[in-house]
Amino acid sequence: MKYFAGEYDVAVIGAGHAGIEAALAAARLGCKTAVFTINMDAVGNCPCNPSIGGTAKGHLVRELDALGGEMGKTADECFLQSRMLNRGKGPAVHSLRAQIDRRKYSDTMKHKLELQPNLELRQAEITDIEACEGGYKITTQMLAEYKCKTVVIATGTFLGGKIYVGEVSYESGPDGMFPATKFAQSLKKLGLPLRRFKTGTPARVLRRSIDFSGLEVQKGDEPPLPFSYETESLGENKVDCHISWTNDKTKQVILENIHRSPMYSGKIEGVGPRYCPSFEDKIMRFKDKPRHQLFIEPCGENTEEMYLQGMSSSLPEEVQLKFYKTIKGLENCVIMRPAYAIEYDCVDPTAMKPTLEFKSIPCLFGAGQFNGSSGYEEAAAQGFVAGVNAALKVLGRQPLVLTRSNSYIGTLIDDLVTKGANEPYRMMTSRSEYRLVLRQDNADERLTPIGYELGLISEERYKKFLHKQEIKRAEINRLKNTSIAPSEKLNELLVSRETAPLTTGIREYTLLKRPQLDYAVILEFDENAPDLPNDIIEQIEIEIKYEGYIQKQQKQVEQVKKLESKSLPSDFDYKEINGLRLEAQEKLNKIKPLNIGQASRISGVSPADISVLLIWLAAKKGN
Amino acid sequence: MDNKTIAAISTAQGEGGIGVIRISGDDAQKIADRVFKNINGKKLCDMKGYTAAFGNVFQNGEKLDEAVALVFREPNSYTGENVVELSCHGGIYITKQVLRAVIEAGAVPAQAGEFTKRAFLNGKTDLTEAESVMDIISAKSRSAARAAMCVKEGALRKRVNSVKDDLLVLTAHLSAWADYPEEDIAEVDDEMILSVCEKAENELESMLSTYDSGQAVKQGIDTVIAGRPNVGKSTLMNLLSGYEKSIVTDIPGTTRDIVEDTVVAGNVILRLSDTAGLRNTDDKVEKIGVDRAKKRLEQCGLLLAVFDYSRELTQDDLNLLEASVNVPSIAVVNKKELIAKLDINKIKSKISNIIYISAITGDGRDELISKIEEIAGTQNLNPSEGILANERQRSNVSNALNSVIEAKNALNMGLTYDAVTVSLEDAISELLEMTGEKTSEEVIDRVFHNFCVGK
Repeated sequence: MKYFAGEYDVAVIGAGHAGIEAALAAARLGCKTAVFTINMDAVGNCPCNPSIGGTAKGHLVRELDALGGEMGKTADECFLQSRMLNRGKGPAVHSLRAQIDRRKYSDTMKHKLELQPNLELRQAEITDIEACEGGYKITTQMLAEYKCKTVVIATGTFLGGKIYVGEVSYESGPDGMFPATKFAQSLKKLGLPLRRFKTGTPARVLRRSIDFSGLEVQKGDEPPLPFSYETESLGENKVDCHISWTNDKTKQVILENIHRSPMYSGKIEGVGPRYCPSFEDKIMRFKDKPRHQLFIEPCGENTEEMYLQGMSSSLPEEVQLKFYKTIKGLENCVIMRPAYAIEYDCVDPTAMKPTLEFKSIPCLFGAGQFNGSSGYEEAAAQGFVAGVNAALKVLGRQPLVLTRSNSYIGTLIDDLVTKGANEPYRMMTSRSEYRLVLRQDNADERLTPIGYELGLISEERYKKFLHKQEIKRAEINRLKNTSIAPSEKLNELLVSRETAPLTTGIREYTLLKRPQLDYAVILEFDENAPDLPNDIIEQIEIEIKYEGYIQKQQKQVEQVKKLESKSLPSDFDYKEINGLRLEAQEKLNKIKPLNIGQASRISGVSPADISVLLIWLAAKKGN
Repeated sequence: MDNKTIAAISTAQGEGGIGVIRISGDDAQKIADRVFKNINGKKLCDMKGYTAAFGNVFQNGEKLDEAVALVFREPNSYTGENVVELSCHGGIYITKQVLRAVIEAGAVPAQAGEFTKRAFLNGKTDLTEAESVMDIISAKSRSAARAAMCVKEGALRKRVNSVKDDLLVLTAHLSAWADYPEEDIAEVDDEMILSVCEKAENELESMLSTYDSGQAVKQGIDTVIAGRPNVGKSTLMNLLSGYEKSIVTDIPGTTRDIVEDTVVAGNVILRLSDTAGLRNTDDKVEKIGVDRAKKRLEQCGLLLAVFDYSRELTQDDLNLLEASVNVPSIAVVNKKELIAKLDINKIKSKISNIIYISAITGDGRDELISKIEEIAGTQNLNPSEGILANERQRSNVSNALNSVIEAKNALNMGLTYDAVTVSLEDAISELLEMTGEKTSEEVIDRVFHNFCVGK
């Protein structure tokens, strides 16, 4: 028999990367919050790769940290090795990635949830949700019933989870956890448009069964850089990764056994991501590619499990072993956990607003894989936004909407709710049209004022942030107003860097614009140059060298902002506007954009439709 | 949608009369000042609303036409914004050139119904008219969409797509290389980017350069046949048009007015004006004809200056030669069947293209036509290759070209590939706009199609 077990402002269902950020943000904003997990030992689990960050994902982590999220700090605390990817390819695409100790990450996050005031962490499978006066009633499998003002769904791959390994398949969450089998039914009853997606993970193999002797070593950066603006330093890198390659024999094994893959035999109906293909997908789709790369990454300091990045598979366990063994270094490998594919229920994200609240089901929010995304970082970013908005709703405050022009997080959410996702969505730098402005180095400049305004950035941290901005501005001004005179020594250096020598004095600012030069030159030739931390020097260099591009993108940003300031109503039938084309009417009715800016990004809405909308808006205002 | 300054021809695109180019937006006066030089030197920027100025319109330092500029200041204009209206002497050729000069000076071609839209949004139109304004816009956009469909299916699409595809493949490669740094993706190098950029640059430039010849094929060239009386102008016109149009007699001054006809010469449409001769006359009626002829001659797209092989050059002939210097010209030496009396070197010193014909026998007609094609630049133009149809498309191609050049420059300056990629993406989105598509997923789709990436 059901019993009444308590009341909360915000209930978060799921304690993965999305659920954690949602719960912490809501509790920190002062809401009485509960977070439910199917297994207390699965909090902040990393069931796929033991790493955080990477291209564009590193941006998300930095942004989250700038707003007051937790992922960056915990990744720093659990780091094993850190690298800045894409050095030399330009500041827009610099991305930080860290190998982390996955058990430690999970334990650290769990402990943070436990210590957080206003927050209760509970082990329970949620089986039912129904709307009630003032919010929702949610029920656990133990028949406890909680009344909650708002609910954030962050169920990851647990919701209707089903694992496939060759001909074997069974209902399961990730890493052998129990799945949530009943909850999906209840969500369908609420009217949520659910569908099936698929993802997968490679095998973990025993470290001592690998022969590392002939493999390429991949070391971390020295010194390793942290994600969090609050982490002073990381110490030294603790582990190495290794690189190996597949070969003809590997391909042969796959081709001989492809009929045994559930993807190819048609057993899996879920849509898998193109960017996270199983190894058999890679072989089948790129038949001419002679070899594929893989990374061997340690899962932690206190484990001998090694992760084989690039080798995810849904082939039978025996086939997995057979093809792994064709790979150099893995000839005698022992599989500790087999690779698997997992299929799960998720929602069509166009059913949500950019606040991640469901349009037709108020006070219900979604985040993470449930929203059709993929990746820890994407999940955490959405979890934060959903948690913050659930809390703001309870508190009666204005919602938080991040935009394409201020963040990758805003871009991620806008893509999901405006364009939808036909496959699990992964963040990429190519997805941001403003990437020269949205860099990982200036995430604090873009977002810390927002985090402070929300109340998630401490006074002390904000002061430090303002101070840093002031130092940067002052130095840029100084460079603009200081000339440097030509000298034999300076000209020698300029020539050695393959740039023109000086004949007359030049502003230091102008000199720094040359791509061949860096701030070190100023330090060497201007005794008044201040001693600045590296991160500020880097930002100064970028702002000067890319000034033209940054200005151009900022102009575009300004134009988009104007469109975004023109709000559209949320409950309106666009069929009433005759001037709109039929396709536009239908799309607008489906997406219900918040403003003209969002409307203009919907596929099927033309510039002429936007003109019609503008006129309609003006006419409406006038009446 | 935004505060870009827009421009378009706002008179019906027909012949004759006055052609008005309307410029509307914050920078209307600033942009107009870049092409319009007031006779009295005063800038339009410094002029009040409801005032007019007389002056000349220039393109790249060359005078295009005389014009009257009307200055309106926000909110007192049709659109409620700053507006300049340039009234030119008409003729589609000149009006289009002026529009282009305005666009090159920083204006954006107006969208279908955009002046009306702005007028409405700025409160210049009664709110009760909202419905009809929306109707106008959707009707206009439907016809614009039909035009876009032509691009979509036509030869132009193939041409645009081939450039776009090259740029997409390169951009996808750059994106894959940036987004998947640890995958085994072929390195991108300067040479590879430069070679794609240069190929795109050449193709886009060639599209732009055939724009005028394309217009010549589609719209025709304003062509004036001029020469002193009885030199054989009317006969030449008839020779080109294939039937008798002008009144041909041997009494000087027979052709009193501008007679127009459209003829196809090879692959060029000529809109011929057979003019009254440029003679000094006391006859009042004839004088009006002569004055109009002179005026017409200054504005035409092609001048066929006709001379009589059997007579010495007169003062009238020399006047004509002088006038020919400012327009594309062919010296047509008629009556070649007779004995030479004129000094051909005097003609050569002013007009380099000389064709001998006999308007009576039809001799020399083919040479004349191929010379016309050569001057119109249509000789090697194959209309089925796809040519730009309007100023909007021209502006897309021209912007794409600028972005490609910007990418090249960034590369040559030693800037990183992320900056180069942004310029390439700008070029792609300009080209996509021509076919009415949106950018969003194009590059990313290509990344997954072309590269085996992902953990």
